[in-house]
Parts: sequence; C-alpha cells; structure tokens
Amino acid sequence: METVTLPAIDIARDMGLIAPEITMAVAAMALLMLGVFQSDARSRLVSNLSAVLLVAVAAFVVMTTGEPKLAFGGSFKVDAFASFAKVLVLCGSALAILMSRGFLHHEKLERFEFPVLIVLATLGMMMMISANDLISLYMGIELQSLALYVLASFNRNSARSTEAGLKYFVLGALSSGMLLYGCSLIYGFTGTTNFEVLGTVVTGGEMNIGLIFGVTFLIAGLAFKVSAVPFHMWTPDVYEGSPTPVTAFFAAAPKVAALALFMRVLGDPLLPLIHEWRQIIFFISVASMVLGAFAAIGQNNIKRLMAYSTIGHMGYALVGLAAGTVAGVQSVLVYLAIYLVTNVGVFVCILSMRRKEGMVEEISDLSGLSRTRPMMAFALAIFMFSLAGIPPLAGFFGKFLVFFAAVDAGLWQLAVIGLLASVVSAFYYLRIIKVMYFDEPAPVFERGIGTEMRLILTGSAALVLLFAVFGGPIISMAQHAAVSLMG
Amino acid sequence: MQELLLDYLPILIFIGIAIVIGGVLLGLPFVLAPNNPDPEKLSAYECGFNAFDDARMKFDVRFYLVAILFIIFDLEVAFLFPWAVAFDRLVEGSGWQALTSLGLLSMFTFLIVLTVGFIYEWKKGALEWE
Repeated sequence: METVTLPAIDIARDMGLIAPEITMAVAAMALLMLGVFQSDARSRLVSNLSAVLLVAVAAFVVMTTGEPKLAFGGSFKVDAFASFAKVLVLCGSALAILMSRGFLHHEKLERFEFPVLIVLATLGMMMMISANDLISLYMGIELQSLALYVLASFNRNSARSTEAGLKYFVLGALSSGMLLYGCSLIYGFTGTTNFEVLGTVVTGGEMNIGLIFGVTFLIAGLAFKVSAVPFHMWTPDVYEGSPTPVTAFFAAAPKVAALALFMRVLGDPLLPLIHEWRQIIFFISVASMVLGAFAAIGQNNIKRLMAYSTIGHMGYALVGLAAGTVAGVQSVLVYLAIYLVTNVGVFVCILSMRRKEGMVEEISDLSGLSRTRPMMAFALAIFMFSLAGIPPLAGFFGKFLVFFAAVDAGLWQLAVIGLLASVVSAFYYLRIIKVMYFDEPAPVFERGIGTEMRLILTGSAALVLLFAVFGGPIISMAQHAAVSLMG
Repeated sequence: MQELLLDYLPILIFIGIAIVIGGVLLGLPFVLAPNNPDPEKLSAYECGFNAFDDARMKFDVRFYLVAILFIIFDLEVAFLFPWAVAFDRLVEGSGWQALTSLGLLSMFTFLIVLTVGFIYEWKKGALEWE
C-alpha cells in the first residue's frame, strides 16, 4: 500500500490558502460589532457591507484559483472544484441578502443580525466545500447549520417561524448524529479522518463491511442536508414556516454546499467504493425525483410547492453524482449553477407577492398575473418552463447533461425514471403558468419592489433564457472543476 | 487471595472513615443546632421554585438565556484547563518566538472570538435581568 505524506503545518502559507475564509470570519465579527454599536435604524448599512463583502470574497476566490493545494496538515483543500462551488455559494448568499431587504423592512424584521448570520452560514459552507478531513467536514456543517437554525426562526413572534426553526434544529441534530456515527465508524475501520489517507486505505485494503456501514451513515447524514428522500420530511415545513427571504436563501446556497460536499466525499476518497455507494445514491435519487414530482401536485402554497420542487431537483442532481465520472460531477455543477439562478428568480417573484394587507403565498393569488403584471408573469413563466426542463431554457441543458452522464456510465434506468418524473413535474410547473395566463385576475399586487429586485429578476431571467448562448464558459469551467476533483 | 484483599484494605479504611465523619456531621446538628422550625424552613429546597407543582409550568425565558450564556463561558474554561496543563509543550522557544508560537496564538484567537460574542451580548442587554 502506498503511503501519503501530508504537508506539515506552515502557518504563513496555510493562512494564505484560507485567506477568503479568514476574511469572512474577521469581517463577520467586525460587522457584528458595527451593528451592535449603532442604532437599530441603520441595519441597512450592515446589510450593504455584507453583500459587498460576499461579492468581494467571490472575486478574490476567482482570482486565486489555481493548482490543488492542501492546507493545515491536509485537512483543507483549495482547488478549482472548491472555487467553482464557493463562487456559487457566495453569489447565492449575496443575492439572498439583497432580496431580503424589502421584505424585512415591510415585516418590521430589519435587524443587523440577519446579514451577519448569512455571512456566518456562508463561511460554514465554504468550509464544507473545502473540507478534506472528516473533522473539518463536520465543523463546516455545524457552523452552517447553527446559523441556519437561527435564520429559520428569525421571525420569532410568529409561531410558524419558530416551529420551522425548532423542526429544522431537531432534525438537523438527528442528521448530525448519524453523520458523526458514520464518521466514527469510518475512522474506526480505516484509522484515519483525512481524505487523502482514506483514499489510499480504501484502494489498498479489502472491502470491509464496517467501512461500508460508516459510509452509509455518512451518506444518510448528508442526504438530510440536501433534503433527499427519505430524509426530506423537514423541507416543506421549514420552507413554508420560515420568512420568505430565508426560504430563498435555504433553497439556493446550502444545497450547493451540501452537494459539493457530497461530491467531494464520494468522488474523491471513496471513489473506489463506487459499486457500494452507487446503489444508495441510485435509490435516494429515484425516490427524490418521484416524490418531488408527485407530492408537489396537490400543493396550494407556492413556498411548499418550491420545497417539493427542490426535493425533485436534488434528485436530478444526484443522478449525475451516481454516474461517478468526471462528466457526472461536471453535470452536477452545471445543474447547481442553473438551479441557483432559476431559484433566485422564482423567489424574487414570490417576494413580490404583496398586497395592501400583507404578503400572500397561495398559487391562486397569482391568477391573471399576465394582465396585471405582464413582465413579472413573463419572467415567472420563463423560470417555470426552465424548472420543467423545456428547451431551449437553462433547465433543459442541466437535465440533459445529468442524464447524458448517467447513460454514459451505464445507468440508463436512472435517465428513464428521471425523464418520466420530469414529465409528471411539468404538470405543476405548467399549472402555475396556466393560472397566471388564463385565469380571472386576482387583486393586483403592490407596486414598487425596488430597483435591486428588478435588476436581479431581469438578470436571472436573461441568464435562464439565453443559457444556450452564454452557457459555454460555465460548462467548460465546470469541467475544469470536475477534473480537479477527480483527476 | 489474602494479598489481593489486602490491596483493597485502604479502600475499606477509607469507607470506614467516610461513614464515621459523615455520620458525625449528620448527627451533631441534632444535638448542637438551635431548632425553631417554620413552614418555609421545612419545605424542600428547589432553586426558588415550589418543589411539588405541575411540571408544565411556564419558566421565564431569561433563565434559559442565562444558562446558555453560562455554558459558553463554562466551556471556555474547559478548554483553558487542558491548554494550561500542556502549555510548556505547546510553546516553543522563549521571548518573541514564544509569543508568536502557534499554541499561544490559537488560544488567543479563540479568546478574542469569545470576547466579541461577550461584547455583543453585553451591548444587547442580555446580562441585565430587568
């Protein structure tokens, strides 16, 4: 068995490698202090600064992308894959902060802790994406989750919001427990927590039932985080109960981070065990696609519908992971990028559903939107078509790449089930379009969603609409990232 | 067998002494202490609550806040003790080199992060009861 030599800890060099994370951590504390030392009315300053910080760190990550490097004794990895996922997460979080402001202002929830918590959650996600050791993996997950629990119950005077936070917390703790149990089994049977060493142990040693047990529990814990069936039960309740901008945040960045972590663990050190873990991924992927397609049909609340839609889309993304090839990882990354942009757009529309008496969330409230708000209806229709996977919109290319990778790896059954599930799910996406374009108009929504919201909506709609034109660079960057992960 | 039991003799002596001291301390107040009972003195003591009551009573949320804040700083101490015990092995060299060694700096980073949290809770008024 070959042995790996992990780099010794060299503080100056390692600090340079984790400079984006250090910046985030220091800035989060600085923003917390800034917020607490000024009056409540000026929480907008903290939120502006947080958005600027996230974009600046994203730019920094892009600039410093290079050869794969290990930091802190091999527990932290910086490579093109990490950079790709980190940029997605940072952009998703920055947009979530910008989208939240109008809502928080109207609902009298403007507190400076909100952007600070998002920054801290994002820091946890960056840690997850770069984790190269079971310990740093767990650290990232906990940092992210703790901030998300608080965000879910941010509207603490609402029973639904606190219920969402409590449910998320209890089930999150359960999933952490399973994940840790899996980690301890893996450590017990291989004698290492480091992914580099783990990879060589798994390759060299014979198949071990205890190790497979550990990997199964690890996958179960991670499946909770990406809300894949059968670990999805928390998703609809948490999505519905949380304040809408928080739901928008939940649906985007954390899913990208959790799937990136999934790919990092299964695609790098545990790749030799592909025949074992592929069966599990196969099952949860099929179950998620089917449940996402059928359970969303009966939903009337649009946030709940988006929760089931998320479950379904995580199923499609897992199809690419099941392939376990470079093309598979590449397709998942592209899928995630498209999913992120589309979801941001949909949630801008949901956040604009406000009448004089307050926010509304029913699908019937969208009736006749094409006559009262033609531009918004058009944008939402684009997103719905994209989510359903209709060519030539972005969603089609995501699904195409994912299914293509699966067929290439000999998993044609997955592609067939995926196609059937997306036909079923097209029903509820198209129903929203039907309600908007062919039903009698409901009372009109309030005007004035704000310039930044309009910009985000236009931008995401343009990206989704013109992916066929501009998608090339994203696909090639995703390929570069996938190659850096799997070699 | 005899030798094995002899090894446990100190424990037997210890148990004996403990029983004697405990018994004496328990018995002495009956002889020496003044004895004027009243209902409050006779009721069981339970951290300011009635000992026998409906378990589903409402607690002031401030109790939880204080308890959580306490746990954070309790854990800080739990971290500091093993660090202090292993201090001579964590810090290399002397003078400036010792001041910038990883063992010292990482603990100070941890303390600074906790202090930021402490300033936040202070400014937020979490430490004021009213």
